This record gives sequence, structure tokens and C-alpha cells, in this order.
Amino acid sequence: MASELDIFVGNTTLIDEDVYRLWLDGYSVSDAVALRVRSGILEQTGATAAVLQSDTMDHYRTFQMLERLLHAPPKLLHQLIFQIPPSRQALLIERYYTFDEAFVREVLGKKLSKGTKKDLDDISTKTGITLKSCRRQFDNFKRVFKVVEEMRGSLVDNIQQHFLLSDRLARDYAAIVFFANNRFETGKKKLQYLSFGDFAFCAELMIQNWTLGAVGEAPTEPDSQVDDMDMDLDKEFLQDLKELKVLVADKDLLDLHKSLVCTALRGKLGVFSEMEANFKNLSRGLVNVAAKLTHNKDVRDLFVDLVEKFLEPCRSDHWPLSDVRLFLNQYSASVHSLDGFRYQALWDRYMGTLRGCLLRLYHD
Amino acid sequence: MPGKLKVKIVAGRHLPVMDRASDLTDAFVEVKFGNTTFKTDVYHKSLNPQWNSEWFKFEVDDEDLQDEPLQITVLDHDTYSANDAIGKVYIDIDPLLYSEAATVISGWFPIYDTIHGIRGEINVVVKVDLFNDLNRFRQSSCGVKFFCTTSIPKCYKAVIIHGFVEELVVNEDPEYQWIDRIRTPRASNEARQRLISLMSGELQRKIGLKVLEMRGNAVVGYLQCFDLEGESGLVVRAIGTACTLDKLSSPAAFLPACNSPSKEIKEIPFNEDPNPNTHSSGPSTPLKNQTYSFSPSKSYSRQSSSSDTDLSLTPKTGMGSGSAGKEGGPFKALLRQQTQSALEQREFPFFTLTAFPPGFLVHVGGVVSARSVKLLDRIHNPDEPETRDAWWAEIRQEIKSHAKALGCHAVVGYSESTSICEEVCILSASGTAAVLNPRFLQDGTVEGCLEQRLEENLPAGCGFCHIPYDELNMPFPAHLTYCYNCRKQKVPDVLFTTIDLPMDATVIGKGCLIQARLCRLKKKAQAEANATAISNLLPFMEYEVHTQLMNKLKLKGMNALFGLRIQISVGENMLMGLASATGVYLAALPTPGGIQIAGKTPNDGSYEQHISHMQKKINDTIAKNKELYEINPPEISEEIIGSPIPEPRQRSRLLRSQSESSDEVTELDLSHGKKDAFVLEIDDTDAMEDVHSLLTDVPPPSGFYSCNTEIMPGINNWTSEIQMFTSVRVIRLSSLNLTNQALNKNFNDLCENLLKSLYFKLRSMIPCCLCHVNFTVSLPEDELIQVTVTAVAITFDKNQALQTTKTHVEKSLQRASTDNEELLQFPLELCSDSLPPHPFPPAKEHLESASSNSGIPAAQRATSVDYSSFADRCSSWIELIKLKAQTIRRGSIKTTVTVEKASPMGEGNFRNRSTPSCANSTVGVVKMTPLSFIPGAKITKYLGIINMFFIRETTSLREEGGVSGFLHAFIAEVFAMVRAHVAALGGNAVVSYIMKQCVFMENPNKNQAQCLINVSGDAVVFVRESELEVISTQQPAANCQPACTGGEVTT
Repeated sequence: MASELDIFVGNTTLIDEDVYRLWLDGYSVSDAVALRVRSGILEQTGATAAVLQSDTMDHYRTFQMLERLLHAPPKLLHQLIFQIPPSRQALLIERYYTFDEAFVREVLGKKLSKGTKKDLDDISTKTGITLKSCRRQFDNFKRVFKVVEEMRGSLVDNIQQHFLLSDRLARDYAAIVFFANNRFETGKKKLQYLSFGDFAFCAELMIQNWTLGAVGEAPTEPDSQVDDMDMDLDKEFLQDLKELKVLVADKDLLDLHKSLVCTALRGKLGVFSEMEANFKNLSRGLVNVAAKLTHNKDVRDLFVDLVEKFLEPCRSDHWPLSDVRLFLNQYSASVHSLDGFRYQALWDRYMGTLRGCLLRLYHD
Repeated sequence: MPGKLKVKIVAGRHLPVMDRASDLTDAFVEVKFGNTTFKTDVYHKSLNPQWNSEWFKFEVDDEDLQDEPLQITVLDHDTYSANDAIGKVYIDIDPLLYSEAATVISGWFPIYDTIHGIRGEINVVVKVDLFNDLNRFRQSSCGVKFFCTTSIPKCYKAVIIHGFVEELVVNEDPEYQWIDRIRTPRASNEARQRLISLMSGELQRKIGLKVLEMRGNAVVGYLQCFDLEGESGLVVRAIGTACTLDKLSSPAAFLPACNSPSKEIKEIPFNEDPNPNTHSSGPSTPLKNQTYSFSPSKSYSRQSSSSDTDLSLTPKTGMGSGSAGKEGGPFKALLRQQTQSALEQREFPFFTLTAFPPGFLVHVGGVVSARSVKLLDRIHNPDEPETRDAWWAEIRQEIKSHAKALGCHAVVGYSESTSICEEVCILSASGTAAVLNPRFLQDGTVEGCLEQRLEENLPAGCGFCHIPYDELNMPFPAHLTYCYNCRKQKVPDVLFTTIDLPMDATVIGKGCLIQARLCRLKKKAQAEANATAISNLLPFMEYEVHTQLMNKLKLKGMNALFGLRIQISVGENMLMGLASATGVYLAALPTPGGIQIAGKTPNDGSYEQHISHMQKKINDTIAKNKELYEINPPEISEEIIGSPIPEPRQRSRLLRSQSESSDEVTELDLSHGKKDAFVLEIDDTDAMEDVHSLLTDVPPPSGFYSCNTEIMPGINNWTSEIQMFTSVRVIRLSSLNLTNQALNKNFNDLCENLLKSLYFKLRSMIPCCLCHVNFTVSLPEDELIQVTVTAVAITFDKNQALQTTKTHVEKSLQRASTDNEELLQFPLELCSDSLPPHPFPPAKEHLESASSNSGIPAAQRATSVDYSSFADRCSSWIELIKLKAQTIRRGSIKTTVTVEKASPMGEGNFRNRSTPSCANSTVGVVKMTPLSFIPGAKITKYLGIINMFFIRETTSLREEGGVSGFLHAFIAEVFAMVRAHVAALGGNAVVSYIMKQCVFMENPNKNQAQCLINVSGDAVVFVRESELEVISTQQPAANCQPACTGGEVTT
């Protein structure tokens, strides 16, 4: 006596948050039923496994029907088929677009292409996240990317408007889109200690300061193929960064810079001698990173370079975070006192963001 | 005279991509009404076209307006090939045809395609300019209002309840026409949808004509069904109750001359409060226009006696459970005579209502039902309705005679249904035999004083239980006692009815859903042999269903069933019976005796032990149920009752049906009444199984209650959260070794599991009650059983529930004694212009509507009533009324108390409990409920009837998620389309919603499935009581000063 057909349709669509989570996590119906049984729901409600099975199937079917709408959240708001209270709609959308930290670290900065999609099996095995869930998250990234790719204006605003996400989640997506667009390398072993939050923080700073949108100038001709304002780094700015090279190339300037920093920090830094010994290396590292950013390849390696050239040396000398902060502040500020250096504004635009990133990235 | 229909196509959105190359669509719209078609321009390359068309104007007869639906087709323009259809919208413009309903239809409608489902939405505006037609011989009946609600709708009062109207139209089913072989499934489905839409319109118009002929202005309890007879045709039939209604809330309703469309009715003076329990007014007002005589309804229904084909296999079963009273004699007799004369002129004194204005229902006899097996391939002239008319007339005659046998002249809660399998069709009708108060029937000219005295003999809350038939000449053996409430009249030991629990009934504890389920195998046979086999099985099934119901009722410790609905479905190789009802404990009826089990071999020791074990289990269950449903009737000592109860322990013997020979089936005794105790004799395995199945019914989990009536007896404090749902299950039986027992078990499990699933799914709503649980069973194929359930879950306040049940009992006690307080209640109700027969009359609002009414002080209006025909003693009442009216104006606290009392719902409860506001949503929320009311809200306007029929077909069943995915999506789409139509009418809810048909057919091998769904309901506007208060406190202030206080008293 098998149930051929078994459905439940409410005038107000019933959404079970627990089942939704299981569905989003990519569990099959039978796995979901098993997990629900383990949660003790049968004892609480006196239901039978068959009831649970039927209930889970129903919810899964509903979610499958809703999924099409969730791909374009404004549609969910305007559609007439499912009557869902607004608070529930918001919950459905937010949860659908929420991603796993472990997953996003795997694909962050990768091209959101078919090739990457093929690797999802490996990611699934590695992270323990079901392949289904990996696919959903990957598709979400890709979908958001596609929609906002061609748009002008604030990246976060665009995402929020077209996907109705919370501010927090929209910012995260902005970071993901930004990383995917610029293809920053985040997967190297050296970078494994960094969390998505670290990268998202950097992304936000970079979007705010290093992109075309950051300058605040609207493209003069609407038709011209100007780079997307928030997604792409300001090419002109990157070109200009070459000029910073003088800070390390000019030996006098480098020495002057060093003495200025050392004078200011003497006695304030726990790792003063190490700093003094390493100054030229560190400064060379930071400036060279800037000078190299004209090449796409080097842009991608930005984070690798930062770790290799600056963060690792500091860490090997056991700099405390407070010392790093003091050093970077002083290092940036002292440039203003270098009379022969003409690119103060450029330096601030570069160092202001880099300092924020470095401080965020400096941890174990 | 014609009317002018105006249509404007505004825009579309979310259209499907029709052009793969551009991922866009070049959409345009065809608007068709009758034979006229208009087209919009093509809006190129957009999924959200903005047509903003001109007004398309159709000049049409109002007859067409009623019959034809407006048909809107959205197409994709294609330069080189034929234009592709995206989908259609059918709009029933009937709601625009009567003045009080909607004035414009405007909104987003889902674009529906029978193959693809909903594909985007279209924004349409529809208006009608109607010129009044004074032609008496017209064929249209614009202006007659239709309601699905089976009680007098909330914002109306019944001036006259005229009675039964029915109609039936037949057409060839497009699916069976030759052309169907060459046309696409889409074309075939659309032809069918359109035909049924047309036939529904025609049917409604014809019924409307009958109503006008009866001088009514509305049809209440309108139930329309279609029968897919297959080769022999497609039948659409409808029944309803013709009424003359007056609008309550609008000021015009108080002035007797406006508002009603037919001239004659205007003359009827304002009819005062018809509540006999609170006062003793007569029908009183002489109806000036009663000179016309009721024309015998022969003219209304086509009669023909050409039913040679029918096999006359009708099993006749009058299921009654009754009793008698020897007092109340002469009055009762007189009343009977008069009612009789009033009703006998009608061919069928039937009423589809299940709830009535107070005082309408005098006595209830019991359930009457009739079934008849017919062969569809024997219809002489399948395209004409005569044969079917004759079939139904025969069944109705049957019902009428059953009712007569119960000493009743009317049948209330009347309904009809069919079950078709191949060429065999079972026609069923059932209702509750009753004696009615003739006051509401147009030609009832009963002397006021007579009735008064009579009514004084009928204490509140038990009158309807008193037997209508003669004690010495009982239609069936029944066990009678004196009424436990008034101790004057006789009552039966159990009472079965198809109606809702009357408002004033005194109930102890809570009610519960009781179901009897039964399967019987039958041999596959052809034609007459098949019909004979079915006819032979039917009486056994009826008997067993009845036995099961009785056993389960006793097991629950209850003594009455309301809302009883017995459905018998026929399949190829089996018959299914499913009876649902709500069991209650009526205070007026005797405490039910227990169930005793008797073994047939009393000397066997182990057997004996087994029996006693079972007995213990049963006794425990009864005790547990009594506790669960809070059934603690007050102990009444013998002397007080003073009734000749033969033995303290009632004994009655139940005989199993096996012992009866099939020859005697027509004389089935279903009453079990003659002998005293209720003994289950376990003489074979069957019986054993029955006892077991009795005990397998699991009560709902704590916090849940369920009933199939409108309201749950014993719960009166609903909170505003409601969730209507439909659940469908189909099981496949393993064809091996099918026995009746195995079948029964499967069916029982199916229903029980379904209920369990519902309880589980709705657990977040606890404490809540499933109301109006409506099970339908069908046998779509050989080994398939399909069960469809529609119900609504309503939350209630648990703490408040306890309090109100207490006060409820208190109230009933209070009522039984003639208390002066009761008199005080009367004027309030009077000045609020007769309470509508709503189970929860929000009396407060009536008070407000009365007092804030166009500046006329309440007292003035109350006295303006014509009292001339009152008996002398009534004049003192008028004084009292005046006095009370003053009190109301002054807003004394006493009035407030009576207000609370008059409304069984703790109103204070709703104030702080409105649903979370959905103001942000772009789509307005539309509530749907099978009930006639919305808890915590007041219905302010009825916008018209919703009656929709959809077909959905797929040739890619697997891709759409299998049968479950397919049907799930379809039902969701049907809900969406109903909601969209209601919203477009300007409404925010559908009440009395019912899914009348859900015919599902699958062919998994071909990856195909088809489903037909027919739904109906009343579109309404409701206002939350919390919001209403804000309005009402502002309104009187602006109105007139004395009313002010009246408004504030209740807040």
C-alpha cells in the first residue's frame, strides 16, 4: 500500500525552517528524514516516521517550486502562486543566498565558470558540504555576478536591489563578485589561514578606494565602454602606482624615510631592532607590490605578495599586532615629510587601503 | 435591453520567453466576449509589456452577460508562422451585474494555460454599464445574488426564505466529440473549460429566473456540481435556497422601500427580530403583498416520466434517530398543520441551509437519505435534461416521503451528489427532516399569539431535539426519554443531523470529528448486472456505516452527530463508504450507555478473558474520551427527571447485518433503538475486527481539535490566525488477495495517516481546531483510492476557552430559568434590526450600525416598527423596548454586559490580536476559508460568487515532479487564481470556499496526467474587528451625539 500521491497545499504556504535548512544543505529526502528523526521530533510530537517522510517530501517539493523564484527574488515578491508573508519571504531569500565559509574560501577569487563548476565534486569532498549545496552556492555567486556585472553604480546597492539581501549579506556578495572579477588568488597554502571575513574586509576597502567608482566621477559619455565602476580597479590609479617606486629606488629617499620612521618609533616599538634591520626589505616589498599592479597577473597575486613580502617577515620576528599598527601608521605618515616625494595623494590612496588590509590580515 | 461591457488591457508581467533567439516575447492580447473579438497592439520584445489599450466595448444582451465569460487570450506574435498562445484568463463578470457587489474588476490575473500552468500575469480592468430591464418575460435574471454560504450571509437578514430551487443543464462533453481526435489536448481542454463556464452561467441565470418568479432576490447555499458522464454527456446541476434578503448595514435597509430589486418586495414592511428565544413576537407584520399565491413548482422544474430506462433499484433508507413527546400537543399539531400547508404547496420543501435564523428550526427528526443506481448508457435522449431531471425528482420525492415518515414537513441541510464509474452512476441525496417555523416562509400566516404560547413551551437550547413525530406511531423503533433540559418533551437517545449545531443548543464539553470508513469488494460486471450488484450492496453499506458511527459516537461518550455527510463512491471492483460528522454531547439528550461486548461461546475460559480484556479497553477509552472532550454532564437524579425510563441501565441489542437476508433490505432498521443496551456481539472475525478498528482511531494530539461543522462546539474564542489547506492522497492497493478486511484496514489507515499528517504539519498553530474538515473519496482506477481533504485550521486562545465554556454552561442554566435578564437582551437585538443568524453575531457592531445610522436615534427606529398585529400583551413589550433603547443610548453598563453575552466570542480577545501586518507586500493577502465567517473580523460586503473550473494536463509528468509535483503545483495555481479574482473584485477573502471536484487521472507509462478541479466560494471584504473599532469610535462622533455613547460602551 504505497502512497502514489501525497500532497498538502496551504493557502498560506507553510515553511518549516528546519526542513528548509536541510534542503539548502543539500540532503536527500531520506537523509533529511533521518536527521529529523535524530533531532527527536517524533518524541516531541508523537508523529510516526511515515508522517515525517510525507511532511519532508511536501516541503522539499514546495522548495523546489520556490527555487525558480528565488533565483530572481523580486519575482518572489510579485508572484501570485505562493502566498507567503513578507517576513517569511525575506527569510527564504536570505537563507537561500547564505553560503558556507568553507565553501566560499574554496572558490573565492576563482573564475565563476564551467571549469570551476566541474571542480565542485572535489570541493564537496574536501569541505564535507554536499555537492548539491555546493552547486547552489556556486550558482548563487555566478547569478549575482552575471546580474551586477554590467551595472553601474554601487555594487552593494545593485546587489541589494536585485536580490533583496540584507546589508551584511549584500556586502559579502559584493566582495565575492569583486574577487571573482579581479581573480585574486586566495587558495595558496600561505593564504589558508585567512578567513572569508578577512578578504571581504579587504575587498570592501579596495572597492571604496581603488575602483573607478571610488573616485566618484561618473563616466562622461554613457556609451563609452568604461569599466564597471565598482567591480574593476581604477586602471589609471594602478598605472600611477609605478611612480611610488621612487621611494625604494632612490637610496637617499629610502634612507630618509627609514630614519624618519625609526626616530619616531624609537622606544615605542617592542620589536624596534628587528624593524630597523628589516625596514628596507619591508618597504621594498610594499612599494614593489604597488609598482607591479599594472600587470593582471600581479594583481591576482596581490594577497600572496602581501603575505610573502610583509606579513610573513613580521610574523617570523613575532611582531605584536600593536607594533605592526604603529609601524604602518608611521611608515605611511612619514612619507609626507619626504620633501622630494611628489605623489602624496597617490601614496595615501594606496597606503590607506593597504594599511587597513594588512592589519586585518595580520593574525595567526 | 443590452448592457455595455468595457474592457481595458493595461499590462503584462513575468511573461514566459517565447522567442528563444532574443529571450523575449512579442505579446498581444485578444479580448473575446460572445462572438466579438478585439485585439491589442503587439508590444514587441518585452516580458513586461505595457499595452495600455483603449476601452474595448461590447454591447450585449444581459442574458449573454450572465452566460458568457469574458475570455482574454495572450499570444506571442509571430511574423512567419501562426501566433503562439501564451495562455488565457476567463473572467466571470456576474459579480458586476448586481448593484451591491463589485463595481469594477481590476487587477492582476494569472495567465493560465492548461498544458503549462500559470505563465505570467496580466492586468485587466472590466466594467459593465447595465440598463435596467423591466420586461417581465425576460430571460435574464441579473440582480439575483448568489451565495455559497449555507446560512443567511452576515450583512443581510432574511425577510422570507422561499425554498428550494434547482436546475440542470446537459451538453455533449467536448472530450468525447469526434473532433477531439484531431485537435490538440490544449484545444480540447479549453473547449471543455469554456463549455463548463458557459453552462454554469446559463444554470445560474435559469436559477435566478426561478428565484425572481418566487419573488426572491437571492440564492443562499448555492451548490453547483458537474457530472462527467462520459459518452452520455456533461451535466452541470445546481441546488440552492431562494430567499428574500435585506441588507443590514446600509441605512437604506431600514427604510422598507429601497434596495430590493423587485417591486413587490418593497411593500413588505420591516420585519422585526425573529428570535423567539428572547422575545415572543409573531410573524406579525401582515405581509401586504401576500395576495399572490405560490405557483406550484411544476413550472420550475421540468418534469417528465420518461424514466423507463431506470432500474428502480433505489434502496430506501430513512436514517432517523428519534423520540416523541406527548405534550405540546394541540399547539404542535396546529403548528404542524400550518407549516404543512405552507410547505405542502411546494414540490420539495427542501432547504440547502445548514444554519438558520434563530427560531426557524423548531424540531429535528433525523437524517433522511436516498440513493439510486442508474445506468448512463440507457438515457434515451442524452442531450436533453429530462431523464436526469426525472431521476433527481424521484430521489427528492423519496427524501420527502422519508421526512414525512418522521413527522416532518421539511428537509434542511439538504445536499445532492453523484458517483460515476463507467456507465454506472449512483445518485445520492440527504438532509435532515425538520419541522420549521412558518414565519419565514412567505405564506405562513400564523397567529402571533398561538406561536407565542407555543414558543413559551419550548425552552431554549433543547427545542430542536424534541421529537416531531407521534410517540405512539413512531416511524421506527426508538428509545425515548423526557428531555434532560426542560423535562417536558420527549427526546430520542441519539440524534443524527446534516446541519450545523444550532446556535442556541446547549452542549456539554467539546465536539470531535467522527468518521466511519468502509470498503466492500464487488465483482466486475457489466451494465444491469453491475447496477444490481451495487444496489444490493448499498443497504449493507449504509447499515454498517451507521453502525460504525453509532459505535464511535458511544465510544466518545457523546449523543448527537451534526454535519453528517455520507459519501458512497463506486469503482470498478469496489464500493467505498465514508461518513464524517461532528459528535457532541447535547445536554438535552440522555447520557449514552456504554458499549458491551458479548461473546458467543460464553463457556470458553480464555475467550471469556479476551472478551473482558476488550471490554476493559473499551470502557477505558470511553472514560478517557469523556475526560478529553470535557464531557461531565451534571448528575441528575431520577426524581427530577420524573420520566419513565424503564431501567437505569439501558440495554439495546445490535444485530449484525449478516443475519439479515437481502430480501428485507428495504426494511432495514438502523435505529438500534428497540432493545436497551448497546451490545457488540463478537460472533465472528469480522466483528472482532470491527471492535479493533473502533479502538485504532487515535485522538488528535493535545492542543488539536477537529470537526466538520462550521464551528467547534465548546470553543468560542477564536484568534485570527487561519490556514486553509487542501491535501490529496492516492494509494495503490496491491491487487493480491484483496479482502474486505484488508481493504478496510488500508482505507482506515489512509484516512488516519492523513489526519496525523495534518496534525503534524499544523503543529505550529497549537492550540488550534481543524474546522469544516471535508473528506472526499473517489476510486479513479482499479486499485487506486483517492482521498481529498479541505479544511481550515483556526487558532484559539486556550485560557479563554476554559472561561467561556464555564460561562457557556452558566448561560444555559440562566436561560433555562425565566430570568428577567433575558428580557433585557431583547430590545438590544431588536434595535439592531434582527441579528443575522451568524454563529458569532458580533452584536457590538450591530449596535453601532444601528446607532450610527444616518442620524436617526436608535429608539426612534425601534419604535417605528409596525406592531399593529401584536397581541395585546405585546404592548407592554414595546414600553420595555423604548426603555431599553434609551438605556442603550445612555450607554449603561448593563447593556455592555448583554452585548458580551449575546456574542459567544470573547471579543476583547481579538482586539490585540490582528495578524502581523503585511503592508510591505506587493501582493495583497487574500484569505480563504471553507467557513462562512472569518474569526476576529467582520464581513462588510459580499462581492459575488466565485465559481471556477480548471483543467490541467501534462505530457511530461516526470519532469514536473511526478504525480505529486504535478498536482501540488496545480492546486497552488488554483488557489492563486481564486485569490487573484477575489483581489480584482476588491475583496480580501473567500468564505464558504469549497473544492467540489478534484478529478485526477494519470498514465505514468505515457508520462501523462490530467486533472480537473472545480472550486467555488463567496468573495467578500472583511474588516478586522480591531480596525473596525478605530473606525467606529470616530464615526459616531461625527454623526450624532446620542449615538456617541452607544459606540463607546462597547469599546
